[in-house]
Amino acid sequence: MDIKERNRAYNKYVNAKIPKTRPWPTLFNSFWVGGLICLLGQGINDLLLYLFPNISEQSAWAYTLIILIFLAALLTGIGVYDKLGKFAGGGTIVPITGFSNSITSPSVEFKSEGIVYGICVKMFTIAGPVIVFGVLSSALVGLIYYIVYLFI
Amino acid sequence: MEMFIDYLWVFIIGGLVCMIGELLIITTNITSARILVTFVLVGVFLEAVGLFDYISDFAGAGINVPIVGFGASLAKGAIGAVRSQGILGIFTGGLTATAAGISAAIIFAFIFALIFHSHTKK
Repeated sequence: MDIKERNRAYNKYVNAKIPKTRPWPTLFNSFWVGGLICLLGQGINDLLLYLFPNISEQSAWAYTLIILIFLAALLTGIGVYDKLGKFAGGGTIVPITGFSNSITSPSVEFKSEGIVYGICVKMFTIAGPVIVFGVLSSALVGLIYYIVYLFI
Repeated sequence: MEMFIDYLWVFIIGGLVCMIGELLIITTNITSARILVTFVLVGVFLEAVGLFDYISDFAGAGINVPIVGFGASLAKGAIGAVRSQGILGIFTGGLTATAAGISAAIIFAFIFALIFHSHTKK
């Protein structure tokens, strides 16, 4: 069997084996679960501004994100968030809670490999690229604006 | 009533953004790390061209809770810091603006990793 044919057979085998998420129900679930997570964020934010009128909008927003991240990390720790993820797909990945989950989930999973090589290293398997690309792109935007400000 | 409309927008825009993510996963088999990176870059772009604030005005948490908002904060931080600190701002702006989120995620992940055990290997 030549290599091309073997590769094709292998790809066919892999495609048959990889888990299929049922497209249409998860699409619908991702919509309302994602929407509800955003709604929860707005609710927490408005509640904070109502309870503590002295804090700035920016601080209230930071506290809101911290609370959402805390909740997602807790739900990941007790194993609920990953189950929700199977049900809602993108609805749990795209919100900031998904970022929190992407850090907590491997930390808990690889705890058995030790604190440094388990928790601390695996923590950034998904969040690492997010932070790297985030920093790179924001630096690029900063550079562009720096040049723009030089001329105006 | 006005508040109800505001919350409805948050739900619809937030849901749509998440659904676009799910649609990308279904159609391209893209991994969740790439989804997050893509949406962060979209957020950085929207903020850089000045569109993000318009969406944020009526969508509120609907656009800020998705990781798009994280990207927008990165870009907003960089733009603001460049204005006040010059070249130094290119290096400090992004992470300064998102420090709370990143630190919170690391701190809670570490604490809960110490407390809880893996659920997948039972």
